[in-house]
Amino acid sequence: MKQDGNKGDGNANVEELDRVTIRFAGDSGDGMQLAGLQFTNTSAVFGNDVSTVPDFPAEIRAPAGSIPGVSAFQVSFSSYDIHTPGDEPDVLVVMNPAALKAHLADLPKGGILIVNSDEFTDINLRKALYQTNPLEDGSLAGWRVIKVPITSMNVRALADSGLNTKEVDRSKNFFALGLMFWLYERPIEPTTRWINEKFGKNPVVRDANIATLKAGYNFGDTAELFPVHYRVPRAQLSPGRYRNITGNEATALGFLAASKLSGLPLFYGSYPITPASDILQELARFKNFGVKTFQAEDEIAAIGSAIGAAFGGALGLTGTSGPGLALKSEALGLAVMVELPIVVAMIQRSGPSTGMPTKTDQADLLQSMFGRNGECPVAIVAPATPGECFTYAIEAFRIAVKHMTPTIFLSDGYLGTGAEPWLVPDVDDLPRIEASFATDPATFKPYLRDPNTLARPWAVPGTPGLEHRIGGLEKADITGNVSYDAENHNKMVHLRAEKVARIADDIPELQVFGQAQGELLVLTWGSTYGAALTAVQRAQSQGLSVSHAHLRHMNPFPRNLGEVIGRFEKVLIPELNLGQLSLLIRGMFAIDAATLNKVSGRPFFVSEIETKINTMVGSKVKV
Amino acid sequence: MTVEAVSENAIPLQRKDFVSDQEVRWCPGCGDYSILAQTQKLMPELGVPRENIVFISGIGCSSRLPYYMNTYGFHSIHGRAPTIATGLKVARPELKIFVVTGDGDGLSIGGNHLLHTMRRNVDITIVLFNNRIYGLTKGQYSPTSEFGKRTKSSPYGSIDYPLNPLSVALGAEATFVARSLDIDQHHLISTLERAAAHKGTSFVEVYQNCNVFNDGAYSEFADKAVRPDRILYLEDGQPLVFGKERDKGIRLAGFQPEVVDLGSGVKEADLLVHDSTREDPSLAFILTRMHWPQFPEPLGVFRQVERPSYETLLIDQVEETTKRLGEGDLQSLMLEGDTWTVEA
Repeated sequence: MKQDGNKGDGNANVEELDRVTIRFAGDSGDGMQLAGLQFTNTSAVFGNDVSTVPDFPAEIRAPAGSIPGVSAFQVSFSSYDIHTPGDEPDVLVVMNPAALKAHLADLPKGGILIVNSDEFTDINLRKALYQTNPLEDGSLAGWRVIKVPITSMNVRALADSGLNTKEVDRSKNFFALGLMFWLYERPIEPTTRWINEKFGKNPVVRDANIATLKAGYNFGDTAELFPVHYRVPRAQLSPGRYRNITGNEATALGFLAASKLSGLPLFYGSYPITPASDILQELARFKNFGVKTFQAEDEIAAIGSAIGAAFGGALGLTGTSGPGLALKSEALGLAVMVELPIVVAMIQRSGPSTGMPTKTDQADLLQSMFGRNGECPVAIVAPATPGECFTYAIEAFRIAVKHMTPTIFLSDGYLGTGAEPWLVPDVDDLPRIEASFATDPATFKPYLRDPNTLARPWAVPGTPGLEHRIGGLEKADITGNVSYDAENHNKMVHLRAEKVARIADDIPELQVFGQAQGELLVLTWGSTYGAALTAVQRAQSQGLSVSHAHLRHMNPFPRNLGEVIGRFEKVLIPELNLGQLSLLIRGMFAIDAATLNKVSGRPFFVSEIETKINTMVGSKVKV
Repeated sequence: MTVEAVSENAIPLQRKDFVSDQEVRWCPGCGDYSILAQTQKLMPELGVPRENIVFISGIGCSSRLPYYMNTYGFHSIHGRAPTIATGLKVARPELKIFVVTGDGDGLSIGGNHLLHTMRRNVDITIVLFNNRIYGLTKGQYSPTSEFGKRTKSSPYGSIDYPLNPLSVALGAEATFVARSLDIDQHHLISTLERAAAHKGTSFVEVYQNCNVFNDGAYSEFADKAVRPDRILYLEDGQPLVFGKERDKGIRLAGFQPEVVDLGSGVKEADLLVHDSTREDPSLAFILTRMHWPQFPEPLGVFRQVERPSYETLLIDQVEETTKRLGEGDLQSLMLEGDTWTVEA
């Protein structure tokens, strides 16, 4: 962000900054994700606040050196609390011409461009569709270009390593990482520790990676290519123990926690799909927690198995992305009809159809709300940050089990693959999940409801005397027998809707950040939280009458939503779709909410929301 | 969760204990009545508490069966019963689970699930009622309808080649593959009993007559009078002999079975001897390809082999991992990897 920070501690060669955003870009075989993650963890352990976003190609191995094969990782680290991985990088590290071609447009003029000059050969330039060499034709004049022969320096550093040519080349990301560690005064120990753990069984590779990491660091120190290096002091974060966590990791941990908090075993049925597969892979590791994972033959089998597990009294969970939710629709309707507490972890990606699997969108809100036949309500929760994925995975099962309703946990690729420091909660402080099972044959009726929540009893096979039949045909009220009666159907449709609506009594009210009333309310949901909050903070610091409210319960909405909206003259709803939340808000509250829509497969920039706010709010807050 | 699996019934259960209070609504004369009766009759023989028995079905005439069983039941959606059964069995391995399906439900819309459930060898019993027609939707051709069959949706004759459910089951690595006939009560109940006793996926195709939309589909060999000459009952350890006079048999000529008359130089010792426990399914596959009128129609257990079931393997992994790593501690897991502390 700000490269014009205060001078440092008297050392003329150190400049202190409050925030820096770096993007590592290279061929997908260049190890950019690894370099980015190591830089992130190191910065987090060092004490900065961090926020990241990976950007990888859908093709696992696109042709080397081609533009579709470029993989990137952006990390923002700061001395204060940040909510986004930064709109634009301050520093762009490119490992080849294709990476330069793909990412230069995002680097503001004046930004630092670190180029692996060895790779700017005729053949690589052609692969990246360059007519002339940008390092020589003057086209990079607007940026602070630093040419580093990373490939050949790495080769030299590893000349006696015992690795073959290919293996040596694979280590060059560590050289680049070492250089960046020097440039931003990061310790190399967390990475050397990681290398020791990861490659302990292969000492040759281990030693080579450490050697080139150090070579990169020392090169920065001695080469005098950089007039200054930079320092980003520690951030003031809430006290406690932290780790870096991605949204999908937090999601898996949250579901595991839900199992512990409810005392019910977790069953996860899933079919691999980007960007939800991480959850399956994570949960499959947790065998010694009693978690049972099932890689199903397709999306339908995945949700079917979760329904079966829930019928048996387990926490039935399935996970997917947009195309998979479409396939699960009919079975989700069955879960609504039989009123079993399954959870669908739905990690959105760019659609329609296969769309852009590795890119993010928020365009499945309406699919989650309405994408089923019949009047078919489900509860929906949506985390705002990677760390919150933990909290809302627990919340999804709390709602599902207490209210006997299928519940969608609505995350997205940006949250799922993005990372941030997570203040690890104490397990003892987490909310319990109360689950109860019917056991008394004298009083049991399959569809006799709890008078408060309208939940039906959870009666599981194995319970003597409660033998009963459920299914997808309309149920008679109370008995659960098949019924085609008109009055009964009308009643049951209303009961199912009312049951979900009453969850509003069981969730927190919507909080407002800023003045409780005023000119403009920015209303958001899901992963737009960080960018919207930051934009509102900036507007507030300019004295504008702008507040922010963020929805985490999407169905039902918090009770006071209408009241909160009513306290503002205008409402702005920024979302990564063509206006799905705004359609709901306009429909429910009959207000003329303004929209800010972006559907590019990328998260909002703070500046985009900030600009929109500025066009809507003229007046300053009266002091 | 734990549910006390103790039945309150000290008195042995009888067939009537498994008859639900729901009115049976199949067409009068449907073969499903017989299958329901044999299924209810079998239940007390299983030695399983009633509350531990679950019937799961999809959509179609056959799939209404769970309503008529006084057990736990789940009438789900078209083709998906095996998926629900899999999740339930994995979550609750002590339950005895039956999947009831049909030729349309199991082999058309639910073909994928049937295939994968059998290959995984989930410990459930799948009973497929094959009437070679869509009955509930009133008479369209099904994946087992004969080529050229004229139905409401194929007025000029079906141009779909049918598939053979047992060949499919063998191709899917099913560990128990059998066939019976709706009106052959004794054979049906004994086949279902063997299927229920099998550990792993047991697949039973039941030839079932739809007297409204496909009447007489099997009558050429299923009618009582002609059965002895036109049905071959497979019995383990026995040569493949059939006929009222037990004077005909099946001999293998290379890879081709052939019908031979016993006595005219052919002895029983020359015949194929049935062995359902062969690990190699090739011979069983040959038997599944035999059909009337070229051959007698084989009924019985074609294949029955032992292989650890899916849920057992999964639970073994859970137990072994827990033994090796100790019971998981959530707090430690949450603190996995690099952590750091921010002081107050």
